[in-house]
Amino acid sequence: MTGLQQFDLVIIGAGPAGMAAAREAGEAGLNTLILDEQPRAGGQIYRNIGRPILQDRSILGQDYYAGETLLAGLSHVLVTHVANATVWDVTTDNTLSFSVKGISRQVGFKKLLLATGAQERPVPFPGWTLPGVMTCGAAQILLKSSGLTPTGPLVIAGSGPLLLLIACQLIRAGVRIEAIVDTTPTSNYRRALKEIFGAIKGWRYLLKGARMLNEIRRSGVRYYKSATELTAESGSDGNLVSVSFRKGSVHHQLPCKTLLVHQGVIPNTQLGRALELEHQWDEVQQCWKPTLSENGCSSHPDIFIAGDSGGIGGAIVAEIQGRIVAKEIAYQLNQEGAAVIGIDQLRKTLDDQLAIRPFLDHLYRPLDMFLRPQGEIIVCRCEEVTAAEIRGLTQHGCVGPNQTKAFCRSGMGPCQGRQCGATVTALLADELGKSPEEVGYYHIRFPIKPVSLGELAGLSQSDA
Amino acid sequence: MAADFSFNRLPCHERAEVEITVEGQKIFALEGETVAAAVMHAGLRPTRTTPVSGSGRAPYCMMGVCFDCLMNIDGKPNTQACMTEVREGMVITVQTGAREVSGGDV
Ligand SMILES: Cc1cc2nc3c(=O)[nH]c(=O)nc-3n(C[C@H](O)[C@H](O)[C@H](O)COP(=O)(O)OP(=O)(O)OC[C@H]3O[C@@H](n4cnc5c(N)ncnc54)[C@H](O)[C@@H]3O)c2cc1C
Ligand code: FES
Repeated sequence: MTGLQQFDLVIIGAGPAGMAAAREAGEAGLNTLILDEQPRAGGQIYRNIGRPILQDRSILGQDYYAGETLLAGLSHVLVTHVANATVWDVTTDNTLSFSVKGISRQVGFKKLLLATGAQERPVPFPGWTLPGVMTCGAAQILLKSSGLTPTGPLVIAGSGPLLLLIACQLIRAGVRIEAIVDTTPTSNYRRALKEIFGAIKGWRYLLKGARMLNEIRRSGVRYYKSATELTAESGSDGNLVSVSFRKGSVHHQLPCKTLLVHQGVIPNTQLGRALELEHQWDEVQQCWKPTLSENGCSSHPDIFIAGDSGGIGGAIVAEIQGRIVAKEIAYQLNQEGAAVIGIDQLRKTLDDQLAIRPFLDHLYRPLDMFLRPQGEIIVCRCEEVTAAEIRGLTQHGCVGPNQTKAFCRSGMGPCQGRQCGATVTALLADELGKSPEEVGYYHIRFPIKPVSLGELAGLSQSDA
Repeated sequence: MAADFSFNRLPCHERAEVEITVEGQKIFALEGETVAAAVMHAGLRPTRTTPVSGSGRAPYCMMGVCFDCLMNIDGKPNTQACMTEVREGMVITVQTGAREVSGGDV
């Protein structure tokens, strides 16, 4: 298309990956646009970092405020940051559409970088749809952007480093936590131990983990290890009233008004899926991720991916990947060797930072009840389709996720499969005796975020 | 709205207050926060009922991926409360049933 404002590089997502890439691209002379649907840059880890709300800086801790330096990259003269900008369409002729407060615009790009981060893994279990049950990440977002803490009695259930971090942040905020219900299976510790060499190389992460566990222990919060059979229960008003679980042979039930759940994070692949980029199943991380070259190039030569949307590595990895990818893009566009100076050193740092991953991935692999739910547990929150229904479809000749849409509307609701996609693939694979790779994933269509008809009609091709 | 569901506000940096109406009741929210945060601070639970079974839901992910925070905001149904910032005079109601998702911000 002609007449559109053109950019050398458009970056989607202003988290650590996107912000680091923007700075690098600006410095390499690329005319860069960075879009993020949040009102302020920062991404998940550094959400709201440009305007921290909490008076007490110790609550979120040093790692949060470290994001302040990354923000500076966005003020480079060649970098334009547009906030509240939701990208909903990308076409293969290198045009992108985004919406800002109900008004859509289009721009053109030479190269596109998806730095859309991760989402928390959907964790289907009985009662996970009840009002009062929310993710640990959601509670952290409320803390970072509104200074809010959950109503009690509060229970935290699940597994993973982020769960420990958020528990610590709430403890520091003076919030009373009734119990932490850790669902990490005992057998995981054995498996993780095989990856101990990588873990030792990533000792800084281990130390952080140990510190968090220590902080939780010192706080005196009740901690149940290796819990199973997690269930959230409702009262007569339909809201959450209690949580129950089993530890060993003992069944526990705790009154509770807020239950925070977490089972790790998985790449946000929605845009890449809609673009029909090649994806692969990661058996260890139990999630889909895009197929990428060493320099972060996807199966489309103009589309690159960095950060957690390309595979889970955490904030520091995201930042390094953002820089590597921006260097590679600058090199491809300018054909000057100067662009890739320092890239080898970055790759080495990246390897060091990734050394801990196999250990963490094995340690925090979710319990099977969350990955492959059974019976009447809701899998598709939007259309309220249960695990039993999805499993049963295979007896009627259903062989893939796209057919489940026709059979039972799973994945057809407003979230476009973001909450059920991974589970539906896993359940079909389970029933059919196939691998997730063979079963495949939902076909995702643009627009990937809701846009009104009026907005489509008024699509203005004006300046960004 | 019930006080016992109300999320608690920690000591915050100075922010302007914005008056909004939630389920017919006037409340104050902080400038820059989302509708989802404001209604949780007010203790609103549930924030919608589903079109399929009519069961209650409340914000679940706070980051735009679950669509369980759909509310009626300034007359526009199916708006993601966790992706919409509060604005002076906004009128917000619990959403019951209804399927179509409306686009963008209000
Ligand atoms: C809820 C949550 C909380 C987390 N908290 C922490 C934490 O406290 N500490 C920690 O170490 N790790 C945390 N993580 C892990 C986190 O994934 C990484 O630490 C890090 O933020 C990844 O950086 P990134 O740049 O890859 O992506 P992100 O930081 O996730 O940034 C991606 C950005 O892309 C934007 N985006 C996505 N899709 C679109 C679109 N279609 N249009 C426009 N913009 C879009 C998002 O708004 C977001 O700002 C959290 C993860 C989640 C999901
Ligand atoms: S709370 Fe999940 S989309 Fe708003």
